[in-house]
Amino acid sequence: MNDDCNDGDDDADDDDDDDDDDDDDNCSLEGNYLNVNMSLSSKQKATVKDFFSKMSTRSDDIGAEALSRLVAVYPQTKSYFSHWKDASPGSAPVRKHGITIMGGVYDAVGKIDDLKGGLLSLSELHAFMLRVDPVNFKLLAHCMLVCMSMIFPEEFTPQVHVAVDKFLAQLALALAEKYR
Amino acid sequence: MVEWTDSERAIINSIFSNLDYEEISRKSLCRCLIVYPWTQRYFGGFGNLYNAETILCNPLIAAHGTKILHGLDRALKNMDDIKNTYAELSLLHSDKLHVDPDNFRLLADCLTVVIAAKMGPAFTVDTQVAWQKFLSVVVFALGRQYH
Repeated sequence: MNDDCNDGDDDADDDDDDDDDDDDDNCSLEGNYLNVNMSLSSKQKATVKDFFSKMSTRSDDIGAEALSRLVAVYPQTKSYFSHWKDASPGSAPVRKHGITIMGGVYDAVGKIDDLKGGLLSLSELHAFMLRVDPVNFKLLAHCMLVCMSMIFPEEFTPQVHVAVDKFLAQLALALAEKYR
Repeated sequence: MVEWTDSERAIINSIFSNLDYEEISRKSLCRCLIVYPWTQRYFGGFGNLYNAETILCNPLIAAHGTKILHGLDRALKNMDDIKNTYAELSLLHSDKLHVDPDNFRLLADCLTVVIAAKMGPAFTVDTQVAWQKFLSVVVFALGRQYH
């Protein structure tokens, strides 16, 4: 038997949660799941807020590490940073920008009930100025999840993972809202 | 043919030699079924998958996770020819199991998250690069025989 099987506390919560999911479901099937609107249940929003609160002391590290890993594991992403003298993993500009991005993610947690409305100007920035291919949001999200898992292995349970992954996907959708 | 540096080979071998197959495989497959619930479509005969708790306690899922992770041993032993090593398994997943190959990537991502949790700071940037390169070659090889 393993440790996870004795999590009696979560059982009731998960059963209640199934009803919330039915109300929130909004599935428009457009090919890859990045475009499917998998809304967060109220319990998942609470999970996200709670985890990000726990994470706050290390948010800069996670942001800096995540962007470093993005450019290392997916070198094509360096194409967006050709204006930096040094876009290698762990470099000062990469770490600094990772922290900036994480700040934006935290800001989005505060706007979790209306990401599209709350992130309108950021979406315009990404659409008209930065023009980052939205596929990269998914790659960065993966690197963030890896860093969260590394730094908070006990807290980053599968239940937290799915809520945060959904949140980051919704964030990406909101950022891409103005693209076309 | 995929080129591996000595450092990459050392990193991959080190990860596998320190791996608790039962623990990591169970956690990875369970995480995949919880984070990407549509993957449960391939586990109709595996008993109770009602919620995260039942998935995490399901012995059939745990056993299957171990089987999958040991499947990676083949790639480890044949790093210079992963493509051909998995030709037969690729056909199996395509023709018999009818698994959408995108699922290989989803499971690979969950495996990465679980190993990151286990290794903590030891899961350095270089380690992640080598590990994900290894998994992406495996994922590609497994999808290669689909027709």
